[in-house]
Amino acid sequence: MARERNVGVFDGFLYRGGGPMLAWLLHRISGIGIVVFVGLHILANAFNGQIGSAINAIFMSWAFQLLIFFCVIFHAINGLRIIILDLWPALLEHQREAIWIEWGFFLPIYAIAAIVIISKGLAG
Amino acid sequence: MQSRPAPQPGLTFEYLMWLFIRISGLGLYLVALVGVIAALVMGARTQIDMGTLIRWTFFPNSGHVANAGVDLELGWVGLLWQVMQGMAVVFGVTHGMNGLRNILEDFISKPGTRLIVRVIIILLWVLFLYAAFTLVLSDTL
Repeated sequence: MARERNVGVFDGFLYRGGGPMLAWLLHRISGIGIVVFVGLHILANAFNGQIGSAINAIFMSWAFQLLIFFCVIFHAINGLRIIILDLWPALLEHQREAIWIEWGFFLPIYAIAAIVIISKGLAG
Repeated sequence: MQSRPAPQPGLTFEYLMWLFIRISGLGLYLVALVGVIAALVMGARTQIDMGTLIRWTFFPNSGHVANAGVDLELGWVGLLWQVMQGMAVVFGVTHGMNGLRNILEDFISKPGTRLIVRVIIILLWVLFLYAAFTLVLSDTL
């Protein structure tokens, strides 16, 4: 079962995986983002009220909210795609179409969130 | 750079975590859906703004809606929400820490380094669970 899988970073960049690879990469980046931001939020509020308020001030800014909403919404929708494809492996035949459907869900949802966040941010 | 060894077949730790990630992902969807539907039933549509509703949806803690001026005694605090928060914490923190382990171990081939990373991640896991449960257990009227 064990195979040689020694692939360097630069060989990895040359691999042109297209949509599924982009989804895989964004899933990891957004996952790390959620761990860092939610982790900071929990720790700051549980252990130190003052640091908690300072961090909350950053988290409440509209620029930050655009970032964290991208992470959460993308991670949730992409995760659902992965679960659905894992539950019904026959659908893997259409995995590239699944990526397009996923963006079809993500873009309008994120666009609505972004419009609300930005319009509220500009209104103060 | 060398990648980690390929996973083995069978009922291994990696398989169980693979399964847990999917189940906890669906569990987090469930917690969020129950939270947002119950909030709307409790009158969130007219009582609180959208940002507060979303914070409640991610983590149904009364601290997330206290500033909105809702009457907490009308169902926003209680054992149900402590159980929901507990599910969100256990599913969320474990899901996140395993994801972190998954990403890090893709870049680790030495067993010694992997052991160190796993110990650090288990310590982080315990720390996050402790910090989050102090918030959950103190969320009473």
